[in-house]
Amino acid sequence: MKKIIFNFDKPLKLVSGQELPSFELAYETYGQLNEDKSNAILVLHALSGSSHAGGKDGWWEGMIGPGCPLDTNKYFIICSNIIGSCYGSTGPSSINPKTGKPYGLDFPIITVKDMVNAQKLLIDHLGIKKLYSVIGGSLGGMQALEWAITYPNEIKSSIVIAATSRMSTQNIAFNETGRFAIILDPNFHNGDYYSYNTKPTTGLSLARMIAHITYLSEKIMDQKFGRELKSGKYLFDLHSIEFEVQSYLRYQGEKFVERFDANSYLYITKAMDYFDVTKELPNLKSKIKFLIIAFTSDWLFPVEQSMEIVKLLKENNNNVSFSLIDSDKGHDSFLIDIEEQGKIVSSFLEGLKNEI
Amino acid sequence: MRFRIDHQIIADLIDDNSKILDLGCGNGELLELLISKNKVKYAVGIEKDIKEVEECLKKGINVLHLNIDEDLNILNDNVFDYVILSFTLQSLKKPDKVITEMIRIGKKAIVSFPNFGNIWIRLYLLFKGKMPKSKFLPYEWYNTPNIHFCSIKDFEALCQEKSIKITKKIYLKKFDKKIKSFMPNLFASLAIFVLEK
Repeated sequence: MKKIIFNFDKPLKLVSGQELPSFELAYETYGQLNEDKSNAILVLHALSGSSHAGGKDGWWEGMIGPGCPLDTNKYFIICSNIIGSCYGSTGPSSINPKTGKPYGLDFPIITVKDMVNAQKLLIDHLGIKKLYSVIGGSLGGMQALEWAITYPNEIKSSIVIAATSRMSTQNIAFNETGRFAIILDPNFHNGDYYSYNTKPTTGLSLARMIAHITYLSEKIMDQKFGRELKSGKYLFDLHSIEFEVQSYLRYQGEKFVERFDANSYLYITKAMDYFDVTKELPNLKSKIKFLIIAFTSDWLFPVEQSMEIVKLLKENNNNVSFSLIDSDKGHDSFLIDIEEQGKIVSSFLEGLKNEI
Repeated sequence: MRFRIDHQIIADLIDDNSKILDLGCGNGELLELLISKNKVKYAVGIEKDIKEVEECLKKGINVLHLNIDEDLNILNDNVFDYVILSFTLQSLKKPDKVITEMIRIGKKAIVSFPNFGNIWIRLYLLFKGKMPKSKFLPYEWYNTPNIHFCSIKDFEALCQEKSIKITKKIYLKKFDKKIKSFMPNLFASLAIFVLEK
């Protein structure tokens, strides 16, 4: 469960045509790899996630462990951080070997395919020829699709949760608003805030606040915070925090700034914006078994977008299953509402044993 | 494992190595039977009950957790050799639309349904004056998922109206194998029709 750093000291060619001279990838593993190395499942994280998926305070704690849907008694679970992130993998806050200083905006633009290519090198390094499954929600789901497209013979199945085959215009718009907040922050210094020993905290926390609204449903926000006034009455004052939801969002923003790098936020959201596999999916012809999962109250990656993935995969009669899970928790359902999701995932993994 | 008799008959209607879609596939029992008989090149079920979806997944059967009445439009024309609707017609909101969709998606459609014109149901209504209940249809009128019963004659009329060809008719008395062709609308409990464009 300890974080391990995989160091790849050869260049990684990127989709943009640029390359990373070398890179590091942080990862954690849970469970035991079996003798023929056939029980490995790669867990793929979302925008602000890390390799710490399982165990105490892991972002998918309830999904990973003995007897859990991703049962560590049966499977060897690997969760790797993505390139571009700031949790131990090479990203814009890493040192640029050419300058000896953090990359900042000199970091090359990365795509979801680049993230997957880097993970593939980690999987090779672990000596695994074929993954039993790749699984992830949101950006993690995009990676799961990209794995299928780029390495169709290296995975047995792909589980795509609360994701899309292409980032919608509305979602690009949300990302753009967040990025704009960061870039306009006077402490951004064109991405070189590391040299100034400061951070674009206002911009990044605003970006997170906007994003957080999109992660929840209207209903759950109303239930959690409502219109309750903190002081019991209107204060007729613009500076005070009067509604519960105001303090929640500000708290989320402040907490995020402590843990996340603003440049990583720019790069990873950009990679999401570029994601569009609507041309690749209908041409895919593989033996992979797909499971697509959507949540009823997710309006960031709504059910129609998951059904679009199903439709595209069916063009070539790929093996695809789909489940729509009833949840009122919005996009975050895949992280916090895991009971039904867990049953669907464990059933699917069990069924993979029956080769048809 | 014991399979339903109508499933056995449906299996016999299907050529080997076919592309099959089962609407309202339940726990995947029929598709499992078809797979075991080498009828399947590629199979998918559609099921709206999440518990049944889990059962299909455990069997390794492709299943789409969708609503037959609303979601068939995500499937392209002519992608399946057979589209099966087994004992589900009566629970659909728009059975006429679904039949049309089946013919669009598949080269052939196989529909099995309980015949509400059969004599026992007629007598039940005549003598009891109540909505018929049986071992196979155990619900009360107010909580039944079966909202669109029809007789064999009704179904034939629908096919005629939609210009759908009926290429085969099989009649069953109860769920046993006795197949009757004499006055089927009066004596058959279950009908299995093969339809084509």
